[in-house]
Amino acid sequence: MKGMSIIVRTIANISFPFILIYGLYVIAHGHLTPGGGFQGGAVVASGLVLMLIAYNAEWVSKRIKESHLSIFESIGALGFIILAFLGIVFGGVFFTNFLVGTDFIFGMIPMNGAANINTGGTLPLMNFAVGLKVIAGLFAIVFVMAHFISKTEEDAA
Amino acid sequence: MDKRNLLGFAFLTVVSVFLIFSALLMHPFGDPTEEDMDQYIIDNTVDETGANNGVTAVVFDYRGFDTIGEATVLFTAVAGVVLVFRRLKK
Repeated sequence: MKGMSIIVRTIANISFPFILIYGLYVIAHGHLTPGGGFQGGAVVASGLVLMLIAYNAEWVSKRIKESHLSIFESIGALGFIILAFLGIVFGGVFFTNFLVGTDFIFGMIPMNGAANINTGGTLPLMNFAVGLKVIAGLFAIVFVMAHFISKTEEDAA
Repeated sequence: MDKRNLLGFAFLTVVSVFLIFSALLMHPFGDPTEEDMDQYIIDNTVDETGANNGVTAVVFDYRGFDTIGEATVLFTAVAGVVLVFRRLKK
């Protein structure tokens, strides 16, 4: 797998940061606008896959290790479940939104029914956890497969 | 028409008859029979969760247990793919 031409690489370099910013925006505003952790994570992962296709698996594996992706995915899953269990500790029920109305992070009360970036209680934190998990998980699938293809092509050559 | 095509045609006929009947008998869109739960979520989402996006509030708060299952499915898929392809990578 050699990667693609200089035209594709240039366009991928230009559009990559915008795709990342859009995906992170969808994750961060998950409790305000359509979307959330899953959707924004899929956008960011597709931007990373664009770089993987424009360059090649070796170029990406110098920058991102597959074991780091596994660690990130586990951090996301653990954060999500720990937040859910903290609901039992502070609210008595699994998945209680215990941060709402506490003036702690993300705990402000919405004014006149309009939520803001600092409202939502545990919802933004769970969006971040699930977003991290989906970014790492979806990119790990494509990355490992691309690495496998390049290895088999090397063996065949 | 050989036997295989005939079997396929019979299967297609049965499935399309079922699909057409179920489409005709479908409940009208936007007219639920029990709307207490919908109305509760519409009325109380902003006060209880502080989120304007009702779908996120349902997915991560009211029906969070369902999302754990969803995350587990993704985790299992990733673990399976990485396991299969890493072994052959050496």
